[in-house]
Amino acid sequence: MSGLAVVQPFPRRVPGRLSPRAALALGLALVLWAFVWGSTQGAYAITTAQLWQVLLQAVGAVPAPENAPEYLVFVNIRLPRLLMGVAAGAGLGLAGALMQGLFRNPLADPGLIGVSSGAALAAALTIVLGSYFLPDMPRTLGSWSLVITAFGGGLVVTALIYGLAQADGGTRIGLMLLAGVAVNALALAGLGYLNFISTDEQLRNIQMWLLGSLGGARWSAVALVGSLVAVACGLGLALARPLNAIALGEAQAALLGVPVERTKRLAVLVTALAVGAVTAATGIIGFIGLVAPHWVRLVAGPDHRVVLPCSALLGATLVLAADVVARTIVKPAELPLGVLTAFIGVPLFLAMLRQFRSKV
Amino acid sequence: MPRDTGLIERRHLLRGAAALPLSFALGQVHAAGAARIVSLGGALTEVVYLLGARSQLVGTDTTSLFPEAALKTAKVGYMRQLSAEGLLSLKPDAVVGTTEAGPPVVLDQVRSAGVRVELVKADHTWDEVQRKVATVGRVAGREREATALQADLDAQWAAVQKAVAAATRRPRALFILSHSGSPMVAGTGTAADALIRFAGGTNAITQFAGYRPLTAEAMASAAPEVLLNSTQGIEALGGEAAFWQRPELALTPAFRRKALVAMEASHLLGFGPRLPAAVRELHTRMQAITA
Repeated sequence: MSGLAVVQPFPRRVPGRLSPRAALALGLALVLWAFVWGSTQGAYAITTAQLWQVLLQAVGAVPAPENAPEYLVFVNIRLPRLLMGVAAGAGLGLAGALMQGLFRNPLADPGLIGVSSGAALAAALTIVLGSYFLPDMPRTLGSWSLVITAFGGGLVVTALIYGLAQADGGTRIGLMLLAGVAVNALALAGLGYLNFISTDEQLRNIQMWLLGSLGGARWSAVALVGSLVAVACGLGLALARPLNAIALGEAQAALLGVPVERTKRLAVLVTALAVGAVTAATGIIGFIGLVAPHWVRLVAGPDHRVVLPCSALLGATLVLAADVVARTIVKPAELPLGVLTAFIGVPLFLAMLRQFRSKV
Repeated sequence: MPRDTGLIERRHLLRGAAALPLSFALGQVHAAGAARIVSLGGALTEVVYLLGARSQLVGTDTTSLFPEAALKTAKVGYMRQLSAEGLLSLKPDAVVGTTEAGPPVVLDQVRSAGVRVELVKADHTWDEVQRKVATVGRVAGREREATALQADLDAQWAAVQKAVAAATRRPRALFILSHSGSPMVAGTGTAADALIRFAGGTNAITQFAGYRPLTAEAMASAAPEVLLNSTQGIEALGGEAAFWQRPELALTPAFRRKALVAMEASHLLGFGPRLPAAVRELHTRMQAITA
């Protein structure tokens, strides 16, 4: 890998672009801001003073009172939800950057390799037919069965598409793209059939799942998704240099000694892991994976050492901010998050595109 | 039977109130009951009002459309897609709903915050209505009023059943849920199927359970004598004239007489204290229109 140091296709400093360090600092600051803002917002009124009190109680500095509603609401409901937002946004943002790097195509998004559609199909199968093949499941376990099957469905469909893309002893990216489109269409057809045979209640549940929500964030789910996303981030960030080389073309990257096949395999695996875990726990949160990497590249340039971590940070910020709106704008009810990520993100993104149009 | 359902409803509400002068006069909170209640489901909300517990009602879901005062309460969203923090922000002591309420994770979170959650099983039977009354009565600390209301409802139900049993014809009825593309119609195991049977009709669809789209040919072979729809559904289509222009209806026996019974959706399918009135109205109108 030492030879790679010479092969940085991207100049370090470009006027009008943030330096890598500044971009990372800005990303971190944005996540922190969104997290703090999200902590103070919610349907349940908690004043800043009460919030301080709750935080002190949570870290054990002050004895926690029995059954104080602010404490219960913040620690059991709002905090896990915020953390789930960070994990979900980071996973989706990182996966989007990986996919765009791997496909060398700005339109690529994690859905392309079938994680989302596979998870959706498995979730719908569980919602509609779960009572047949998982009989007598208690309701709490039942909600876990949905998470597990959706995660498994995402992995299985990704593996299928990855398998279909194998040719001449290697992964053909063009083949993967076509196989992805085809298998996604098949999964959608399956989803349509399940819609058809579902009852009213099941149909409503499928639709809500497809629109995504952080409402189901429990500590157990946060721990599970958070650790999977953390592993994915660790593996994914290590792919920055190989992806930089692949940006020059696969053949060139191979000549430079980059393990191209291994990089592709890892990128697909990391995406399936991160997006699969996030989607299984929250449903489909669209648009983050597509837009966060673009946004980062507009501001900080195309070096994957910046794009990968900053996409994760920006993704987390976007999901946190959208979720604050989702859970407060129609309080005490809540809007589906998937609707809001697009409603908030797209106009901001288009404004950005206009401002930077000469660079796109 | 008068067509003016609004009048029936108002009379019914008043009669319920007259039977319960004690609670209605003051609307005071009973010592044993929950001081702050969130009701998830139109029928349960109606019961809350009938038991004179409206001062204890701090929030309802989007299916709580009757009585009109329920529209002005805080809305916690659709009962299958609740928000834990949203529910808790109303600081309820108790949440009542049907088993359709969810998601289960959210209800667990609400329970873990120390709020009593009571769910009534929804199985489209008369007993479901009585269970709703009993549950709200227990939660609101108005058992006595609930027992009185149950007796009153049982008497109404017996009278309606007697009237239905007296009719000799059992018209073939088809309930149409919506009209996007092929019409979605009610098969077995649906609230509409139960309503048709309660009102002395037979469901023209017995081949499948739940709501499914029906082709024009299947519509013709189902041969409904009367079509049932919600007033909201007819309005969405642009009125009765537009309804009868739907091509799949032309081959049904109902088309010749233009036999359509449209009733307000939550009144017809709500399975609440207005069920006897809804069944009576449906029965009378189905008999009259197919005579």
